[in-house]
Amino acid sequence: MEETLYTPANFKNDQSVRWCAGCGDHAILNTLHKAMATVGVPPHKTAVISGIGCSSRLPYYMNTYGFHTIHGRAAAIATGFKVANPDMTVWQISGDGDGLAIGGNHFIHAVRRNVDINMLLFNNKIYGLTKGQYSPTSERGFVSKSSPYGTTEDPFIPAELVFGARGNFFARSIDVELAISQEVMVAAARHRGTSVVEILQNCMIFNNGIHNDIVDRAYRAERTIHLRHGEKMLFGKDGNRGLVQDGFLLKAVTVGEDGYTMDDVLVHDAHTPSNFLHQQLAMMDGHELPLAIGVIRDVASPVYNDEIDAQVAAVKSKKGFDSLRDMIMAGDHWHVD
Amino acid sequence: MEEKTNVKSLDKVVVRFSGDSGDGMQLAGNIFTNVSAGMGNQVSTFPDYPAEIRAPQGSLSGVSGFQVSVGTGVYTPGDKCDVLIAMNPAALKQNVKFLRPGGVIITDIDSFKESDLKKALFETLDPIKELGITAQVVEVPVTSLTKAALADSGLDNKSMLKCRNIFALGLVCWLFDRPIESALHHLKNKFAKKPAIYEANARVIAAGYDYGSNIHASVSTYRIETDEIVPGDYTDINGNTATAWGLIMASEKSGRPLFLGSYPITPATDILHELAKRKDLGVRACQMEDEIAGVCSAIGASFAGDLAVTSTSGPGLALKGEGIGLAVMAELPLVVIDVQRGGPSTGLPTKTEQTDLMQALYGRNGESPLAVVAPCSPTDCFAMAFEACRIAIEHMTPVILLSDAFIGNGSSAWRIPEADEYPEIKPNYLPAERCDGSWKPYERDPETQVRYWAIPGTPGATHRIGGLEKDAVTGAISTDPVNHEKMVKIRREKIARIANDIPLLETLCDDTADTLLVGWGGTYGHLYTAARELTAAGRPVAFAQFRYINPLPANTGEVLRRYRRVIVAELNCGQFADYLQAKFPDVKIERVNKIQGQPFLVSEVVEAVTKIMEEN
Repeated sequence: MEETLYTPANFKNDQSVRWCAGCGDHAILNTLHKAMATVGVPPHKTAVISGIGCSSRLPYYMNTYGFHTIHGRAAAIATGFKVANPDMTVWQISGDGDGLAIGGNHFIHAVRRNVDINMLLFNNKIYGLTKGQYSPTSERGFVSKSSPYGTTEDPFIPAELVFGARGNFFARSIDVELAISQEVMVAAARHRGTSVVEILQNCMIFNNGIHNDIVDRAYRAERTIHLRHGEKMLFGKDGNRGLVQDGFLLKAVTVGEDGYTMDDVLVHDAHTPSNFLHQQLAMMDGHELPLAIGVIRDVASPVYNDEIDAQVAAVKSKKGFDSLRDMIMAGDHWHVD
Repeated sequence: MEEKTNVKSLDKVVVRFSGDSGDGMQLAGNIFTNVSAGMGNQVSTFPDYPAEIRAPQGSLSGVSGFQVSVGTGVYTPGDKCDVLIAMNPAALKQNVKFLRPGGVIITDIDSFKESDLKKALFETLDPIKELGITAQVVEVPVTSLTKAALADSGLDNKSMLKCRNIFALGLVCWLFDRPIESALHHLKNKFAKKPAIYEANARVIAAGYDYGSNIHASVSTYRIETDEIVPGDYTDINGNTATAWGLIMASEKSGRPLFLGSYPITPATDILHELAKRKDLGVRACQMEDEIAGVCSAIGASFAGDLAVTSTSGPGLALKGEGIGLAVMAELPLVVIDVQRGGPSTGLPTKTEQTDLMQALYGRNGESPLAVVAPCSPTDCFAMAFEACRIAIEHMTPVILLSDAFIGNGSSAWRIPEADEYPEIKPNYLPAERCDGSWKPYERDPETQVRYWAIPGTPGATHRIGGLEKDAVTGAISTDPVNHEKMVKIRREKIARIANDIPLLETLCDDTADTLLVGWGGTYGHLYTAARELTAAGRPVAFAQFRYINPLPANTGEVLRRYRRVIVAELNCGQFADYLQAKFPDVKIERVNKIQGQPFLVSEVVEAVTKIMEEN
């Protein structure tokens, strides 16, 4: 694919963007325009399908084919779209409520099937469009309009759900990390199969600063790690913190301290089929261990829509019916003169 | 064939095969049907099977039945049967009520031992007396004769017992003068991959046939009239298969690939099964994670440019409501098949009803009009599935096809259409000269009000649609109150104008009568037969069956107003009668209703209509 064919402007349209000023969605939208230009699939070969919620307004701001659908169902709609028109590159936009609460069933089954769609999951841990209820990613005890005394339930961790559904691509970014967001979106587009990209996104109005304990500039370098396939798992503002194996678990160490050397620091392998280490990396929460951003898992696996196409081709070549009548006449029938 | 004594000549006969759900009664019935259809008989079948997959053997809840009518003037599987085959006491107990006076019962006497009678909850050792049966009962040692026929076959006992149904079939073939060769042909197809089983069944069917000829002194045989039928190639088809094939025909005629998003549900699942097989014709049938995903994947496929379909029954239609509303709002073609069953809730999953009409018409939020059509027979499922697709594609709308368990499972002989018998379906594509970036997605044909369809992948036609209300001109999101009302009316008018594109309502029977019997959908056979019987008996009635429910045929009001009495008969509490009454308040509508999970009996319709005619 020629990477210079398109510019981000080719993917924008003239609609005025209606998200709140300062919303993390603006940055994600701009990054997506850039990522699409980099990927180089033309706008008319691109479809953006969303559910309901603030983030799901995104298709209206694209100069591609777009479908703003109903709450929770984007993954199912995107699945049908991709099976029907596999030449299109399909992006699915959902928030944490849309994708993991009302749409949880479709989410896990799309991931399990491994249909070739790129899911962007905007995670702000709140329902914004309905004005501030807790979501399935809100922490236990979270106080919101619908949980005035704090929630009494545990949240989903999106990555854990992806691995539970046997997902083969998981990446994470933060709305303000434009370059990393673009990098993971491009990787998601280039991965064949369901790619899930979780983007930690800030809702200025109803949940401002929810990710700040990790993403605040003051300590983001210490509390996040940017994973890149084939590179050492290093982080920290001096780049001398690293992840090492500690029995079956991971441990954050400082290179040169406690006897740890650079050789002890793990090298990230996003392509290994086993998800054991990927899961541990994805579950790091930014406290004991840094929150992982970047492409955590990217493994080739049979793709649902490809397999359907292959089966259709195989059955057609074997049986070779030209028409419905042809097929019926090959079965039990009789003639009346 | 040898001379037979005591031969009765009949225009049609009804045979009911009954036995344990594992006894193969459906197979025996199906082969009898196919053989009869091959002889030029009209056929109509009614498989009556239990909801339980394998209830305890020999129990009352495990009885499976298959009723078939063959002959001329056959529009229904018959109210009552002339011959009842009961393979065990439970089958006899459950089915004797379907035997007409003067009919004959054939039992497998080997299966009427004390233990068998107990399983069927008989209190005495004489089931015939206990049930008060006065009809002729022919007790045949089916099990022992089957085993004897297979004595040196090398089959084990269990496999031998599985051939009992075919012994019964052989006997029935003799009784009704059906050529055994034709039955053998069907058995050969059925057991193509199991030659040993075919050989065994071939022996057993001959044994059953020969047994019949040996006892011919004790039972009447029948000669059934055949019809003049249209020349062509025929096959036996049930309504669900016909539905699936009608969709494929529409795909061929529209040039749009066929996509099915579905979820298993009785009694609609056979549509999914058939389309899953049809990868050999390029069909993509996806079994999704739930009913909602079924309709939503179809909506995605529709937006992507496919002829998109979802198949379900009543409970699934309820779940799909929001998705169908999206297709209404986005103005995308979508075919929703509801093979109706008894409700509400899980209700009577294997039984038939017409109780989803209001749900189909109105079961969505907001003003949400769509087209509704209803096939009237198993073979009409083909034509109406095709029509549903044609309307969906040419009018950019969801269409609900209201089939039902009776016609979905019932079968008839069907003439396989020639390639040119069905019209081309013409999608309202965005004209090529408008693929220049200037098009707005809710621009529409001024005459039909149908918006244009731009298939994703087309350069210069990128657009965004969705569930939010759109500006009528620009297609952008709009909350403008006046625009909303305008769009509601446009969507309504678009559906109303489909009336210009469907056939007028026709009446059958005695058009000069002052009474019109009205039905819709799958009750056609019973109601038409009732209308003919009433007319023949000196109570002339005209008859009209609606296959287009929304919009109604353009001449509906004019037709209804021609008659002094309009009687709507349907398998619900009066949903279509209410619908017609609301549209035509000046027409007085009488009602005949049945809500028992069973089709009408012709006799009960005749009786109910007669009563209404006598009273006013």
